[in-house]
Amino acid sequence: MKFGKLLAGAVLALGVGGAAFADGHEKTKVGFVYVGPVGDGGWTYEHDQGRLAVEAEFGDKVETVYVENVAEGPDSERVMTQMALDGADLIFTTSFGYMDPTNNVAAKFPDVKFEHATGYKRLHPNVSTYSARFYEGRAVQGHIAGNMTKSNIIGYIGSFPIPEVIRGINSAYIHAKKVNPDVEMKIVWVYTWFDPAKEADAAKVLIEQGADVVLQHTDSTAPQAAAQEAGNVVTFGQASDMGQYAPFPRVSSIIDDWAPYYIARTRAVMEGTWEQMDTWDGIGPGMVKIGEISDAVPAEVKAEAIALRDALADGSYHAFTGPLNKQDGTAWLADGETADDGTLAGMNFYVEGIEGEIPQ
Amino acid sequence: MDLSAINPVLLIAAMIAASTPILLAAIGELVVERAGVLNLGVEGMMITGAVCGFIITVNSGSPTVGFIAAAMGGAVLSLLFAFLTQVALANQVASGLALTLFGLGLSALMGQSYVGIKPPRTETTPLGPLADIPVIGPIVFGHDLIVYLGLVIIAATWAVLKFTRAGLILRAVGENHDAAHALGYKVKRIRTLAIMFGGACAGLGGAYISLIRVPQWTEGMTAGVGWIALALVVFASWKPWRVLLGAYLFGGITQLQLNLQGAGVAIPVEYLAMSPYIVTIIVLVILSADKSRAPGSLGRTFHASS
Repeated sequence: MKFGKLLAGAVLALGVGGAAFADGHEKTKVGFVYVGPVGDGGWTYEHDQGRLAVEAEFGDKVETVYVENVAEGPDSERVMTQMALDGADLIFTTSFGYMDPTNNVAAKFPDVKFEHATGYKRLHPNVSTYSARFYEGRAVQGHIAGNMTKSNIIGYIGSFPIPEVIRGINSAYIHAKKVNPDVEMKIVWVYTWFDPAKEADAAKVLIEQGADVVLQHTDSTAPQAAAQEAGNVVTFGQASDMGQYAPFPRVSSIIDDWAPYYIARTRAVMEGTWEQMDTWDGIGPGMVKIGEISDAVPAEVKAEAIALRDALADGSYHAFTGPLNKQDGTAWLADGETADDGTLAGMNFYVEGIEGEIPQ
Repeated sequence: MDLSAINPVLLIAAMIAASTPILLAAIGELVVERAGVLNLGVEGMMITGAVCGFIITVNSGSPTVGFIAAAMGGAVLSLLFAFLTQVALANQVASGLALTLFGLGLSALMGQSYVGIKPPRTETTPLGPLADIPVIGPIVFGHDLIVYLGLVIIAATWAVLKFTRAGLILRAVGENHDAAHALGYKVKRIRTLAIMFGGACAGLGGAYISLIRVPQWTEGMTAGVGWIALALVVFASWKPWRVLLGAYLFGGITQLQLNLQGAGVAIPVEYLAMSPYIVTIIVLVILSADKSRAPGSLGRTFHASS
C-alpha cells in the first residue's frame, strides 16, 4: 500500500515536471539517428560533427539528441517514434535503410520534420531527403587509383548493392580505366556498413588476391589498418578524412561535410520556413570535399586530380560523360552526353569493363 | 571466374586466424554453461576485453601484457554478472543481456581517446625453420601465440572436464546443483570461478580482434561475434572439440565467401552467408538423435534453501 502511494506520488511528480518542461519548451529539439557509433572515424563521425556544428551555431536555442548503433529496419522505427514522442522538432535519419521507417513515422507525426539521408522516398510533406554526390569524389579517387596501381588490380569493398554504392564503383572504374586501360576491379560485398573485423577481412582478401589499391564504401578505418599492415597498398579515406593513416596508405579521401546543411535546415525549422526538399549536392556546393592528397602521389598525378576536382566543382565536367556502355555492351551515353539525375539515382548496372554481377 | 586468384594456403591460414575470437569466447562460455549458468553477456565481455587489451598494449608497448589485461578485464566484468546472478539471485537471461549493453557502453567510454591509434604489432610465434616448410609452414606454424593458446585451452578444457575430479565437480554442479550442494560442494563459488573463466576467455577473444585481426580500436568492433559464440556452444552440444570444429566452420565460411567474391564466383553471396546457420540447423537435427543435451541445471537460479 505504502509502495503504491509512493509510486503514485512519483508518477504525479513526473507528470508535473513534464508539464513544466512542456511550458518552457522554447528550445528547438533536433534528433539524429545513427547507423554506427559516433566514434567510427567515418560516416557516422561526420554526421555527428554536423550535429556539433548545429549546437555551436545556435547555442542555447537548440537541444540535440542522438541515438547511435541503430539497426536499419524496425528497430529504427522505434527509435524515431521515441524521439518524436520526446518532443523532437526535427529528426535527421542518416542511413539508406531508414527510408521506409522514416516515412512511416513521419505519417504519424505530421508536425515533426524528418530529413532522410541518401534515400529517395518523400511520401509525406514533412519528409525531405538529402544526399551528397559522392560519385564525384570517387572520380578523383579512380583517377589517382588508376595511376598508382602497379598490379593493375583495384579492390573495392562494397557495403550493400544499392544505387549509391554502384554509382561509386562505376565512377571510380571509369576514371581509373581512363588513365590505365589495363585496370581491373575486384569487388567484394560485405553486407554491412560497419563491422571492422569483416571490413579488415575483406581488405586482406583483396590484397591477397593482388589488389594494391583498396577503395572502401564502408564506415570504419579497419581497411586502412589492413593496408598499413600489408605495407604497399594504397587506400582512400571514406566519408571522413581518416587522416591518421596519411600520408600512406591513405593518399586522399572523400569527406562528407553535413554541417552547413544541418545548420540551414535547423534554422528553417526555427524560423518556420522549413519546406520539403530533395537536396543532392556535390563538390561544388561543398557537401563533398576531397581530403588532402598526400605526397605519396606523384606531383603530376596530384595536379591532374586537383584539376579534375575543380572541373567537377564548377560543372565543366560531369563524372558520367559519354561515350559509355553498360556492362552488357549496350549503349548508355553517346559521345559527350552526360547522365541525368534520374538514371543516376536508380543506377543498377555496371559500366562496360567491370566483371562480375551485381547481387540482386 | 578466376579461382586461381585464391591461394589455398593463405585461405586456410586466414580461416584459422579468423576463427580464433569465436573459438576463445565459445570455449569460455562452454565452461560457464557446463557449470549450469547461462551468461548472455559474452559480447559485452569481449568488447571490454578488446578495449582493455588495446589500452594496456598501447600504454605498455607489449601485446603480451595487453592480452593478460584483456583476460583480466573480461573476468572483472564477469564478476558483476556473478554478483547479480549468484549473490543477488537475479534472472540470468536479463543479467546477461544487461552485461552486454553495459560492456558496450563502458568500452566506448574507456576507448574514447584511443580511436585511430595504431597498437604495437603482435609478432607471429618464432618457430624458426618450421614456418618455412612449404604449405604446412604458413598454415600450421605461421600464427601468433594466441591461436595456439586457443587450441591449448580447448584441449585443456576437454581433459579437465573428462578426466579430472575438478571437471567432475563442475559438471555435477551444472547437471544438478541441489545434489551437488547436498554433497557439500560450494555451488556458488564453483559457478563464480566458471563465470570468471568465461569472462577471461571472452576478453582474450575480444583483444584478438582489436590487437591482431583489425588491429585498431573502434566502438562496437566485435560486431556480434559474442552472439555467434553463444550459438556455437549449442552447435557444439557442450563438447569442447566440437567448439573447435564449429569455430573453423563459422570463421572459415566468411573467409571463403569473401575469397570467392574476390575471384568473381557467381554463387549468390546470400547462400554462402547463410550457410553456417543452415549447417547449424542440420547439425542440431542430427544431434537430437545423439545423447548430448544441455546441462540439467542450465539457467536455473540456485539458492541453498530450496
